[in-house]
Amino acid sequence: MKGKEFVSTRNPCKLCAPLGASIAFRGIEGCIPLVHGSQGCSTYIRRYGISHFREPIDIASSNFTESSAIFGGGENLKNAIANVSKQYEPKAIGIASTCLSETMGENIPMYLSQYEASRKGESGGPAIFYASTPSYSGTHMDGFHQAVFAAVKAFAGKPDENGENVQAACDDQPPADARKKINILSGFVSTEDLREIRDIVESFGADCILVPDYSESLDGSSWETYQKLPEGGTKIADIRNMNRAAGTISFDVSAREDRRAGLWLEKEFGVPCAPLYLPVGIEQTDKFFDELSRISGNPVPEKWTKTRGRLIDAYIDGHKYCSGKRAIVYGEEDFVLALSAFLDEIGITPVVAATGAKNPQFAHCLAAASPNSREAPVVADDSDFETVLSIAQDMKADLIIGNSKGYHLARNLKLPLVRAGFPVHDRMGGQRILHLGYRGTLSLFDSVCNALMQAKQESAESGWTYI
Amino acid sequence: MIGILEERKLQVFENGKDSYGIECGKSSAAGSVSQRACVFCGSRVVLYPIADALHLIHGPIGCAAYTWDIRGSMSSGPELHRMSFSTDLQEREVVYGGEKKLYAALTELIAEYRPKAAFVYSTCIVGLIGDDVESVCRRVERETGIRVLPVHSEGFKGTKKDGYKAACDAVFKLMGTDDETPVSPFSINILGEFNLAGETWIIKDYYRRMGIEVVSCITGDGRVDEIARAHRAKLNVVQCSGSMTSLAKTMKDEYGIPFIRVSYFGIEDMTKALYDVAARFDDELITRNTIDLVSDEVGRLLPRLEKYRANLIGKKAAIYVGGSFKSFSLVKALRHLGMETVVVGSQTGSAEDYEYLKEITKEGTIICDDTNPLELSSFILNKGADLLIGGVKERPIAYKMGIAFCDHNHERKEALAGYEGMINFAREVHDSVTSPVWKFSPARIRARISPDQGGAI
Repeated sequence: MKGKEFVSTRNPCKLCAPLGASIAFRGIEGCIPLVHGSQGCSTYIRRYGISHFREPIDIASSNFTESSAIFGGGENLKNAIANVSKQYEPKAIGIASTCLSETMGENIPMYLSQYEASRKGESGGPAIFYASTPSYSGTHMDGFHQAVFAAVKAFAGKPDENGENVQAACDDQPPADARKKINILSGFVSTEDLREIRDIVESFGADCILVPDYSESLDGSSWETYQKLPEGGTKIADIRNMNRAAGTISFDVSAREDRRAGLWLEKEFGVPCAPLYLPVGIEQTDKFFDELSRISGNPVPEKWTKTRGRLIDAYIDGHKYCSGKRAIVYGEEDFVLALSAFLDEIGITPVVAATGAKNPQFAHCLAAASPNSREAPVVADDSDFETVLSIAQDMKADLIIGNSKGYHLARNLKLPLVRAGFPVHDRMGGQRILHLGYRGTLSLFDSVCNALMQAKQESAESGWTYI
Repeated sequence: MIGILEERKLQVFENGKDSYGIECGKSSAAGSVSQRACVFCGSRVVLYPIADALHLIHGPIGCAAYTWDIRGSMSSGPELHRMSFSTDLQEREVVYGGEKKLYAALTELIAEYRPKAAFVYSTCIVGLIGDDVESVCRRVERETGIRVLPVHSEGFKGTKKDGYKAACDAVFKLMGTDDETPVSPFSINILGEFNLAGETWIIKDYYRRMGIEVVSCITGDGRVDEIARAHRAKLNVVQCSGSMTSLAKTMKDEYGIPFIRVSYFGIEDMTKALYDVAARFDDELITRNTIDLVSDEVGRLLPRLEKYRANLIGKKAAIYVGGSFKSFSLVKALRHLGMETVVVGSQTGSAEDYEYLKEITKEGTIICDDTNPLELSSFILNKGADLLIGGVKERPIAYKMGIAFCDHNHERKEALAGYEGMINFAREVHDSVTSPVWKFSPARIRARISPDQGGAI
C-alpha cells in the first residue's frame, strides 16, 4: 500500500526545532528569541512566521561567521545579547540553539554565566534562558516543547539544578497571596485557540496560566507607534507561580516525556498534571471541560452547555454529508490526533494520518483516538508529502485537512483542502482559525461539510441552489 | 529617532547632512535583527528557477523546508524546481557523516525524477562535519551520466553575496558542452532574470520583436540544455547585477563574451536596456525594430499611467530591497508616478551603488545598508513615507505603521518588469496607497494629529 521508501525527504511535512522554539518564546511577555547560529536561520524563521501570522516577528541572531564556526560563537552570543538588550529592552531573552551551534558543541550555559559575570554590579537587564534545539534531532514541535519546558524550568524551577538553565534575576516576582491557578500548556495552536482556551478556563471562575500565550503578541491590533516587542505573552511572574498551581492541563500527549513541562511540575512540585488530547470534537472537549470542572470545583457554565447543544444539533443537521466519507489528515502529531478523533466522531474515516515527526507514540495514540472508524487508517509518522501522495493515490479520499503545505497534494489528487493548523500562508486569517473547544469544533465541522458540499455541487451537472 | 547601534552608525546616511562614505559589505552585527539571510539563501535564489534540474539540499530539514516553493519563478515546462528535496540529516549522520545518505538520496532521486542535472547545496552543518560532497557528486555523475554539481553554500561562510558566487560557479560548469545547436549572430544570454510571475516571458518577447535570439535566460524559466550552449551567445545582458556579475565576468574571461548591465524596471531603464542591446549589435533592422517597439510600448503605456499618477503625485516612498541595483530603477519608476523617495536601502549594496543613490535622491533622503525593523520603522515615520517597497519581511512593518506596501521581492505574484510590468507596478502602488483603510490606522491618525511626533518611537 505504501509507496517506495525514500532516503531523502521530498516536500517536508515538518519544520525545524528553532522555529518551534522561537514561536514559543514570542508567547512570553517581553521575550525576544535569539537564535544561536547563522543569520539565515533567524531570517528564514521570521519570514516563515510572518507569512502565517502577518505580524512583525523580530528574532535576533548571533550571526555566525566562518571564524565563529572555527573558534566558537561565544563572542557572537555575548555581543548579540548586549545589542538586542540595548535595542529592544526585553524582559527576557530566549535562546534557541541550531544544528550548527549544537554540532560545534557550543557551551551556551557557560557563555551565559560568563556574560552574567561580566555584568556584575549592573542592575536590571533581561532574564536569559536557553533551549537546546538542534534540528537534526526532532521537529519544530520538539523545539516548541523544549522552549516551553526551558521557560518553566528557568522561572518556576529550582535554580540551576543541572546547569542547563541560568535563572536570571528578574523583577517579575509572583505575588505571595496568589489564588490557586490552573496551568494550561496549550501546545502549538492558533492565536484564536489561545484566546478560546483562556475564555473557557476563566468562565469556570478559575485563573489561567497559559504557556505560551502569543494570542496578542502574534495577532495584535494595529499600532500607534512601532512596538519593539508587542504587548501580550505569558507574564514571567505567572510562570514563576506555576509550581504551586491547582493543576496542569497539557495538550501534549504525543510529546516525548522528557520534554513535557507538565509532567515535570508534577514530579518536582506535586502539581497534578492531566495530559489531554487537544480538545477538538465533542468527546475530547468534554474531557477538557470535565477536568476544568474537577480542578476548579465549579460546574460547566451554562453557556458552554448551550454551545455544546448547538454543536450536536449541527452534527445531526450535517451528518449525511460526512457519513462514510474519507479524509487525509497531516501535520503536527497532536494536531493530527485531535483532528482524527473529531473526524471519527462525525462519521468520516481518517484513512491517512501523517506527520513529519518520527514519533513512536503516534500510532498508539491514534488507535485510541478513532474507535468508530470503519477501517484502520494508514498511520505514517516520519513522512513527507510525496509519501503521503503515494499512499493517498488509491485511498479514494474525499477531502484533505491540514496546513497550506498540502496544497500540492490537494491539487494533485483533485480534492478539496480544508486549511487548518500551521502554516496557513495562502489564505487570509490562517493565524486565527479556531479549532478548539465546542466553538472551534463547530467552525471546523462547518468548513468540512461545506468543502464536501461544494465539491459535490461543482461536480453536479446542473448544480443546485438549495440543500 | 531610535538609537542606532554603534557598529552600524556609518551604515546609515542622510543625504545633504552627512558626508562620509556609507559602510557596506560587512557581516551583520550580532543581535541586530538584520533582514538578511545567508549564503545558502543566495545560492538557492539564483539557481531556483532552473526547472529541469534536481535541487537537493544537504543538511537538516529547516533550510529545505523554508525554501520550498517560496519563489514566484514560473516555468513553461517542467516544474521540478518547485519540489523540496533534502537529505534531512539526523543525529546519526551528524556523528558519522552524511556522505552515504547523500549518495543514496541522490541516486534514488535521479532515478525517480530523471532530471537534466542536479545541484547539491551544502548547508552550515555539512561544512562543519566535513562531508566530501564533491566526491559524492563526481561518483553519482559518473554513474548516472548527468551533471551533478556541488554548490558551496554553507550558511556561515559569508553573506548572501557569497551564495550568489557559489551559484554562479555551479552554473558555469554546465556551460560549454553544446557546440552543435545553431545560435544566431544576434544572440544574447539574459543573466539574473528569474521569471517571477512570468517576467522572463515579457522580456524575451521584446527581444524577439527586436530580432534578437535569447540563447538562455539564467536562470528564469531555466533549462539545463540552454545553459549548455550559453557560451556561444554574442552578448551577456546582466539584469540582477548583484547576483550575476561574477558569472558574466567568468564568461567574459573564458569565452570572450562581453556584458552590459541593465534593469527591466521602470520606463527609462527598460528602454535603455533595449537600446543598449541594440547598440551593441549595430544592425539597421534591429535598431529600427527597437525604435518601433519602444515608441509603440511607451506610447501605449504613458496614457495608461496617467490615472494612477494623478492620485499619487506628492506621495513619499521608502524602498528596502535585497539588491541595490533594483533600487535605482525603483527611485526612477516612482518619479514617473509623481512620487519621491525618502528612504532607500538594500541588504547587499556596494559603495559605488550607495554613491549613485546619493546622486539620484534628494536632500534629506535616508540611505541605509543592512537595516533592521526598528531602524526602518523609525525612518518611515520620521520621513512621513506613504509607501514601503520591500519583501515579505518588510510587509508587516509597513502595515503596522499604517502605510501602503508593494512587494518587490522573489515571492511576488505580480509581474513588475517591462512596460506591462510598469502598469502593474503603478496599479499595485496606487491601489495600496489610495486604499480607504488607512484612515483607520492608529499610526496614521497619530501622524495626522501631531505630524512632528509621528517619528518618535
